Amino acid sequence: MLFRRRREIACRQAVGLVTDYLEGALSPAERARLEAHLADCDYCVEHLAQIRATIDIAGRIEPADIDPEVLDELVTLYRRWQSG
Amino acid sequence: MADPDAALVDALRAGDEAAFVSLVRRYHPRLLRFAETLVPSRAVAEEVVQDTWLGVVKGIHKFEGRSSVRTWLFRVLVKRARSAGAREPHNVPLDDEDALDGRFAANDHWRRPPDVWSDRVDSKLVADQLASGVLACLPQHPAAQRQVMTLRDLEDVDAVDTCDLLGISVANQRVLLHLARSRVRSILEVELRRS
Repeated sequence: MLFRRRREIACRQAVGLVTDYLEGALSPAERARLEAHLADCDYCVEHLAQIRATIDIAGRIEPADIDPEVLDELVTLYRRWQSG
Repeated sequence: MADPDAALVDALRAGDEAAFVSLVRRYHPRLLRFAETLVPSRAVAEEVVQDTWLGVVKGIHKFEGRSSVRTWLFRVLVKRARSAGAREPHNVPLDDEDALDGRFAANDHWRRPPDVWSDRVDSKLVADQLASGVLACLPQHPAAQRQVMTLRDLEDVDAVDTCDLLGISVANQRVLLHLARSRVRSILEVELRRS
């Protein structure tokens, strides 16, 4: 650890930077520090992959279809709004 | 790219009922899902969405196409939800202890390294099954986190529009997104450990 680079980040900090990293919100220096950490830490690489998987899975969540009764009610209201 | 809904809005402007039905089919479920993050109950959310459609029909002439139709619908919804007593988002400091759940030791290295599972969710079947599990757990999230994650990750709204819709800063939006995704990641980990 004698030659440890100044301001090297640990796993907790790396995990804390993941969202800013994916958002492109890190400064070039922060980004370089994070990438240096990732090059050397399989656990944090897995964590980042899990956050990417989380985003992918969230994007698959489709809402339920509209209840046909609600649709009928809205169409009735639409006609009233149009004539009103 | 042209907004695929622009033609529907033009038809709605001309009083075309079929265009109204198409827009409602496409967006009502999404508006309701987002409304549920803004107001305290499903019943109020349903009222707010109905009120949103009234606002859309009455205000269609005000839509100038500067944003996408979808973003405009969300904007009308937020306005209606606020007047129905919506939960206001507030600034949250980045304290992700609850999302981290004791995962780190005092020296900031992993106390409990992550299970390795990211390569197990590649298949569509597994991912789709997990998606329904996540949906079931989302209501337990703090409202502000749900609002941001619903817009960003479920609806694929970009950061700028998300901040604009919710009236929050870009930095705060990132904090909320970070916390929300971290929580959902933990839920997925538990689900995958079970299976």
